[in-house]
Amino acid sequence: MYRYDQFDEAFVRERVAQFRGQVARRIDGSLTEDEFKPLRLKNGVYLQLHAYMLRIAIPYGTLSSVQLRQLALIGERYDRGYGHFTTRQNLQFNWPKLRDIPDILDLLADVGMHCIQTSGNCIRNTTADHFAGAAADEVEDPRPTAELIRQWSTMHPEFDYLPRKFKIAVTGAARDRAAIRAHDIGIQVVRHPVSGEVGYRLFVGGGLGRTPMIGKLVRDFLPKAHLLAYLQSLMRVYNLEGRRDNKYKARVKILVHEIGIEEFRARVEAEFAALDPAAIAADPEEVARIEAYFAPPAFVSLPETSQRLAADRARNAAFDRWVETNTFPHRQPGYAAVTVSLKPVGGVPGDATSDQMRTVADLADAHSFGEIRVSHHQNLILPHVRQDELHALWTGLVAAGLAEANAGLITDIIACPGLDYCALATARSIPIAQAISRRFGSADRQREIGELGIKISGCINACGHHHVGHIGILGLEKSGQESYQVTLGGDATENAAIGQLLGPGITAAEVPDAIERLVAVYLAHRHDGETFAEAVRRLGIEPFKAGFLASQPAEAAHAAA
Amino acid sequence: MAPAKQKILLPAILLANDLLDGDVVFWTEQGWSIDPAQALVARDVAAAERLQQVAAEALARGAVVDAYLVDVALREDGLPVPNHFRERFKIAGPSIRPDLGKQAAFAHLRGRA
Repeated sequence: MYRYDQFDEAFVRERVAQFRGQVARRIDGSLTEDEFKPLRLKNGVYLQLHAYMLRIAIPYGTLSSVQLRQLALIGERYDRGYGHFTTRQNLQFNWPKLRDIPDILDLLADVGMHCIQTSGNCIRNTTADHFAGAAADEVEDPRPTAELIRQWSTMHPEFDYLPRKFKIAVTGAARDRAAIRAHDIGIQVVRHPVSGEVGYRLFVGGGLGRTPMIGKLVRDFLPKAHLLAYLQSLMRVYNLEGRRDNKYKARVKILVHEIGIEEFRARVEAEFAALDPAAIAADPEEVARIEAYFAPPAFVSLPETSQRLAADRARNAAFDRWVETNTFPHRQPGYAAVTVSLKPVGGVPGDATSDQMRTVADLADAHSFGEIRVSHHQNLILPHVRQDELHALWTGLVAAGLAEANAGLITDIIACPGLDYCALATARSIPIAQAISRRFGSADRQREIGELGIKISGCINACGHHHVGHIGILGLEKSGQESYQVTLGGDATENAAIGQLLGPGITAAEVPDAIERLVAVYLAHRHDGETFAEAVRRLGIEPFKAGFLASQPAEAAHAAA
Repeated sequence: MAPAKQKILLPAILLANDLLDGDVVFWTEQGWSIDPAQALVARDVAAAERLQQVAAEALARGAVVDAYLVDVALREDGLPVPNHFRERFKIAGPSIRPDLGKQAAFAHLRGRA
């Protein structure tokens, strides 16, 4: 994985020193809150309901065991012994004190981490497929591309004052596990159908929030060497023409929607044609240096299947189930990528205690070359585990309460912090996730239902990605009460789609029954081997709508009469 | 951020976040306190306007951030309880973690949000 060079190190240290000075000046009164706020936000410091919140960038979700241990230490020393992994593949601490944050940033800098550009109208943390470099189905590891974008976009002087925040995601596989079409720019590494050359397919104008949109194809094939010039052209069109008069219409998706993708593409291509890509591209030596950091670890040659794993699975049904749900095919024979679920039944999605972080770090050292990933599903990934060692790994996870066999199942719920923490939220998300998780907690039931992604947001900003949930839940306020809208048919993959509303908002207490009715419609109508998402695509929304509305509470019927 | 001018709903208390800790604090007879039971309750417009004045001065001095008036109902024992659920959570702490936030320190807040 990437390691800071002297420049990175000096840059981050300098930035911490600057922020330390800014905090001191805020405290002694020489900076007002209005002057200080943009400075703290550019360093990932938000003010939430109960306290400050610190958002730490985890570029393309890749962490070393050393970094994860440092996060555990920070959580213990400066927070309440836990952190929250987010849909942006970042980590948030919910209780840091402003006076301590410069010290926290120094501890982060000690392990090559920071909070730069985790807020503000700039290019945010670049995200990527969490199985990057491990997935059997990928054309190429997308992380060298993501790292190049990270370096290019950090403190880029032209793009430091955009109309609004800007998010880029990269995948190296045809199966999209990085939700690239829900981003301002989505990049897919592809092989040219004729020449076989590796390059990029780019989407623009995706995004969720108040006005959800699926990214549109802006360039079908871009040679690798042209990436930064093309991104500069695209960002330049947005920076000049994106709206600054209304923050709700300021994202690039609105510009693309208003002028149309053809016109947007024409403007980007005109800008691109006027540039010299070679002058903008990173030095090939630098590209090679970055790529070298992502060279595969020292895999050993193994047979495709592990007899030991087969024997372990035959001996232990719980382990067998976990292997079935929480491992993913690896490009290297005899290895697997593992999802460490942060979704215990009835737990808080994405939360991990400092002890759990240390356990995962130790297990990564023992079984996965010291490497960990954060997925946008709010789980952790151990990307390179020998199949022979899966049982030993699982045993370690069981002891730490991290072996829930539910990756991709109905209890693997994405949920934003919601009104339990967030100052922007209109309703709580976490208790809804917990109630659904408890309702469907039985392992057999989850297996019977199969793959089903529920995603919950506590406000229209959609940090919980509810628009692209197979079932999406949005918490709002109605007449002074929390009220939940339910959508169906969203999809975050290469089949990206925005979910459709099923009916009027319901109370928190009604949510588990409503989900139950939707699941019942699916189970009654599904074809052999058909997933929930496939069944919704085939059947359309109507039978589910009927199920959803089937038993609205009596008082609602009275009110409607 | 200075609170927008809006119709004052009564009775009301003044809350904010402490600059250094981020903790939710309440304006009392003796200045800022972390205990909502100590909050000074404005029962008429004049008292509420005095609280707004306190908020403006405190924000200008920079000791607190995000200071604003919250309309409350008074329990039988006199404890002010915000009418809106958002501020009830803000005062108590995360509903899913009774061990955190003010609800952990003050028994009178438990199970209230």
